[in-house]
Parts: sequence; C-alpha cells; structure tokens
Amino acid sequence: MITLVDYGLGNIQAFANIYNRLNIPVTVARDAQTLANASRMILPGVGHFDWAMKRLADSGMRQTLDDLVVRQKKPVLGICVGMQMMAKRSDEGELPGLGWIDAEVKKFDVTGSNRHTQLPHMGWNDVSATEFGDIFGGMEGGSRFYFLHSYYFAPNRGEEVVGKTDYNGTFASAVRAGNVFGVQFHPEKSHRWGIQLLKNFAEL
Amino acid sequence: MLRPRIIPCLLVQNDGLVKTQRFGDPKYVGDPLNAARIFNEKEVDELTVLDIDATAQKREPNYTMIRNLAGECRMPLCYGGGVSTADQIEKIVTLGVEKVAISAAAVRNPGLIAEGARRVGDQSIVVVLDVKKSGLMRRYEVFTHNGTQKTGLNPVEFAKRAQDLGAGEIVINAIDNDGMMKGYDLNLIRDVRAAVTVPLTALGGAGSYDDLAALIREFGIIGASAGSLFVFKGKYRAVLISYPNAAEKAALLNDPAQ
Repeated sequence: MITLVDYGLGNIQAFANIYNRLNIPVTVARDAQTLANASRMILPGVGHFDWAMKRLADSGMRQTLDDLVVRQKKPVLGICVGMQMMAKRSDEGELPGLGWIDAEVKKFDVTGSNRHTQLPHMGWNDVSATEFGDIFGGMEGGSRFYFLHSYYFAPNRGEEVVGKTDYNGTFASAVRAGNVFGVQFHPEKSHRWGIQLLKNFAEL
Repeated sequence: MLRPRIIPCLLVQNDGLVKTQRFGDPKYVGDPLNAARIFNEKEVDELTVLDIDATAQKREPNYTMIRNLAGECRMPLCYGGGVSTADQIEKIVTLGVEKVAISAAAVRNPGLIAEGARRVGDQSIVVVLDVKKSGLMRRYEVFTHNGTQKTGLNPVEFAKRAQDLGAGEIVINAIDNDGMMKGYDLNLIRDVRAAVTVPLTALGGAGSYDDLAALIREFGIIGASAGSLFVFKGKYRAVLISYPNAAEKAALLNDPAQ
C-alpha cells in the first residue's frame, strides 16, 4: 500500500492514476489520523520551498510524518520540492527543512555557462544510476525524466547519491539514506520511465 | 543531456478543443481529455492547454477541467487562460499543474509575475506574449485578448522585464504565423532569445517536422510548440492527432540517443 501525503501540493491524482493502472493499492492521507497507518509514503511537491514547508505544517501531518520516517523507518519518496524538503535548509527559503538527510538545497550557479544552460532547468534529462540505485531497475534500455527546478539537493555524504544528472556540472538527481528516498525530477510526469520508478519504489 | 522540448499546444473554447488561424476562424478538433490520453500514448515532452475564451469573457478558469486534465496527463502540463490573480495561480498549482501561463494579466499588472513567483516558485510561472507586426513601420508589438487589443509594448523589452520579475519561461506566440503552417518567425525568436536567459518557447507557424528541426538547429535548447501540426493532417485540415515517434524525434533533434 502506497500512501500519498496530500498537504495540498503536487499532483496527487497523477500518482493515484499510475498506481491504479499498476494494480498497486494506493491511498491518500489528508490528516494525521489517516497518515498514521501508512507503511510506504510519497511526499510530492511543486512550488516554493517555504510555501511547501508551511503547507505541510498547516496540514497537521508533519509530526506524524516525522515519526513514521525517523522513528519507525517507513520508506518515503520525496518528489521535486518534496525531496528538497528532506534537507536541513534551502537557499530558496528561510524556513528549516525536515532534516531527514544531511543536505542543503542550493541554487544552480550558471554564471559563465553557455546559452544552453538556462534557469530553471526545464525539460527531459538523463539520470545515471549508481550501484545502489535499485530504484532505477528495469530501465536498462535507457531512460529520461522531466525536470523543473532552479535549486538542487546537495547531500553532505556522497554515498547517499543514487542518481546523477549533468547540468553545467553534475548534481544529485536521486538520493537514498536508508528508508528515505528522494528524486529531483517528476516521475509522475515522466511517462514509462517514471511509471517504472514508481513501481520500483512500491516493490523495494 | 538536456533536450529541446517539443510541445503540442491545445486551445480550449466552450469546453472543446479548437484550432485557429491568425487567432480567428476556430475549427473544432475534439475533446481535451481524449486528446491528453492520445498524447500520453505518444509520450509527448509537455502539453500546453490555453483557454482562449476565459480572459475575453472575463471569467474564472475552469478548475474542474484543469483538475481532470492534470490528473490525466503523464507529461507536464502548462495551463493558461483567464488567470489574473496570484490566488488563481496558487489554486491551479494545487490542482496538479506544473506551470501556469499568464498573458493579458501580466501585461496589465507585471507585479503579478513577481507575486506569482514568490508564492509558487519561478519555475512554475510562464509568461505568454502574443506578438504581431503593427503600425506603418510593421514593428513587433504585444497584443492581448486573442489579438484584439494593442498594448504598445515591445516584446523583447517586455520579455526581459518579465524575466527580471521572476518568470521561469517565456512563450512567444507569433499571431501572424498562427495556423499558417509556414514556419516559425525566427527573426522574432532570435531577438527575444538574445535578450533573455530563461527557457524560451516558440509558438505559431510550425507546419512540418522540418520547421521544428530548423528552430532547434538554430537555438539548441528551446521549446518548439505547435498546434495545427499536431492536430491536422493534409491541406484540408482533417483532424488527426500526431506527434513525432522516437525515430522521427531523434532525427529532428539530431540525437542518436533518443
């Protein structure tokens, strides 16, 4: 069972549609009571860092989510800003992050880059999975994912990077620290490659 | 490697999809949700849906349609039409839309670009400029309300201003080329590209995959958007949704890895 954490941001319906098509049970949590039963969670996200942190706090689910992830070690996958929220802080905002991973979120530096490096990083790009990137299994024929962001996730422990992407230098497009997974791209908007990744997360 | 984006642009009028020529003569081409499903199967890079009635009729965006579309799309969705406040931008993002396009409201009140970017992040704010040659000197000018209202604004200067205020993408829609299927206005795109560093998307005029290829050849990382090319077949404009398959796309991107 996948629980979608619906704090009002991100495309809950797109995730639900994909899991329904895969015949993988999915439920949506909009309050702490429902969330408390979760065994495997997706934390979606679109938008500004502080806005997302504030909406999560306002949803009343933050404490329960922290307990599930930090104490009970339930698997969680953060998407885009949902991934960035797992860091300690972000250049984009003032509010502290969830701090589940020893990382900060930085703005891309594109000064001195060529005209093909524009901000935001918008469009389809490649991800090279590391040997610990089980979440990218079943994509041996190649893959691509949709990115839409100006800030990137910078973990302090290199071994937590499980996917790398090149954009005026390499950045961590996928991370894993134990039960905590994060991807910078939007798997729910990345056709069959995203569907495969969401399936992998459900079955890991 | 980041790839150029090839983006079908669908126009909505009276809850149905239409295609125009030079912003007039709308022809019914189908149902928005059904089209989104077909574009899912074709694995399109992104989809843009513009409600061309909303601003002209001074009404709110159709949130039910937006929610249904966003849930259906397995590719990123950009919605535009009738968006005039930051609250509306926020609401549309919460419905699951990745990017919100503003046009007339951004021209009337450029502060909306900054306020929208502050709330939802600059990556989700798209400014669409409808541009037409105007006056005795045939200079490029920004128009609004389906090309009926002059603004006196130079598109290059306004695109730069929109970027500085926080727009994450600029879409240049060439009204004179709309539906003509004779190629993009490359001069106009060249002028705007030289002035801004955010992602740029060209719309208006693509009539063949060669037109997309010509745009991508010159500008590299760019959005190549089109309406007629992806909904019509043949000179009688028979409705048939199409999109380059993997091999055609690799050829036009000149990318063996596609």
